[in-house]
Amino acid sequence: MVDFDAKRRELLKVTAATGGALAAAPLLTESTPAAAAEPAGANEAVDVVLRVNGSEQRLTLDTRTTLLDALREHLHLTGTKKGCGLGQCGACTVLIDGKRMKSCLSLAALVDGREVTTIEGLAQGAELHPLQAAFIERDAFQCGYCTSGQIMAGVACIREGHAGSPAEIREWMSGNICRCGAYDHIVAAIGDAARVASSTGKT
Amino acid sequence: MHPFTLERPRDLSAAIALGARTGRNDAATEYIAGGTDMLQLLQENVRRPDRLVALAGLLDRDIDAGSERLRIGAGSTMAEVAAHPQVAKDYPLIAEALLNSASPQVRNQATIGGNLLQRTRCPYFRDVGYAQCNKRAPGSGCAAIGGENRWHAVLGTSNACIAAHASDLAVALVALDATLEVRGTGRQRTVAVADFHRLPGSTPHIETVLDVGEVIAAVEIPRRATARQCAYVKVRDRASFAHHPIGVYDGLSPAVAGAAVGCYLTACPDYAGEPRAGGAAHDALRNDAAQPPAAAGVGHGH
Repeated sequence: MVDFDAKRRELLKVTAATGGALAAAPLLTESTPAAAAEPAGANEAVDVVLRVNGSEQRLTLDTRTTLLDALREHLHLTGTKKGCGLGQCGACTVLIDGKRMKSCLSLAALVDGREVTTIEGLAQGAELHPLQAAFIERDAFQCGYCTSGQIMAGVACIREGHAGSPAEIREWMSGNICRCGAYDHIVAAIGDAARVASSTGKT
Repeated sequence: MHPFTLERPRDLSAAIALGARTGRNDAATEYIAGGTDMLQLLQENVRRPDRLVALAGLLDRDIDAGSERLRIGAGSTMAEVAAHPQVAKDYPLIAEALLNSASPQVRNQATIGGNLLQRTRCPYFRDVGYAQCNKRAPGSGCAAIGGENRWHAVLGTSNACIAAHASDLAVALVALDATLEVRGTGRQRTVAVADFHRLPGSTPHIETVLDVGEVIAAVEIPRRATARQCAYVKVRDRASFAHHPIGVYDGLSPAVAGAAVGCYLTACPDYAGEPRAGGAAHDALRNDAAQPPAAAGVGHGH
């Protein structure tokens, strides 16, 4: 999956560079690293230790690198998506020390040493997390772009005890936007997984 | 994003010594704490500091609800404060103002100190495509005056700036007569939240009374029985995750309960350049002997 994704992004870079996909260029934020647009200054690089999905990663990063870009561009964990890059859409939601946060609003250097969980770290081997299974069962997505962020936020929502009713789920999932409008199914999936969690004690 | 060096000092004194300034676009060195507003400003090139000083791990995160007052360390997150049982019970205005702010993710990241220092949501301030913004570039003019300004301030404006303050929490703190513990090089001082933010006047680019290096270390709120009777009412375009055109606190006493609409208009509208409190409801809130509210459950969260 990672290999395929990397190839797809390489292809997009090439087509963008040749002018073949100019209309899509604004979507390709990942193909223009922040550093490329600005002249390099002094002392910009920082050494960072990220603990992601249980493994320790040592990186040397531009100070401007967000956690989102570190995950996607440096660790090739592309399950976490870049939507708005401004904290408004929730597609980049990950868990930091068990709490849901927006990785686009976190400088990677300031997450140094903290425990990060991404969508790639949710399943236990071949066994999907109950909320992942519920999303499939409830058909809780169309295009799928917001899905990993929805699931990470949903996992936290259930663990926090904020999934007691559809209204409560809607309020506490308000930081995640689905432009396909799959909200009814997303709320149902989180409700299902919350019931599984309360009956099995597994979140 | 403009290149910057990132300082990660070992303690708060070392951070303060680096001379950062908050809330000024002409500052070459700025603080970053939770970073939720700063990252947006950096990404949009609204802020272009050469150096950022990280406060992560350096600020007090204790929440101490004593018999005389509530003390909140400035490094506490919005989520931590909103979820604190004694805050929810004795200071519902604070918990409700926080839970009506931002999203669950941002509330897990953003600090209380940073919330009070967040920059205005004025779209002209946040879009460098508009050359005119006296907050961003002093003397350049104000694109909001005569522009799309439904979201802008009505009170406390000037000919130079009509930007509204963005913090819901600040409104609650002003209503509760909260003070800030401010630390700078070799000194500590106390500033009332009501005196902390400056009106725009002719210098909208200077937003607070903080001096070079100074940080908000803690917020203190006096304990009053009447604080339990207050609610935070937020008028906005959707039910959640939106900034307010109007936010008011509702400290209804019998004197004003009969004129609820008047209360909304006179009590604490923060459609203003700074968080405001005033009027009969605020006086009632300061009076510990005030009667329980005659009207309860008014519009929570809407």
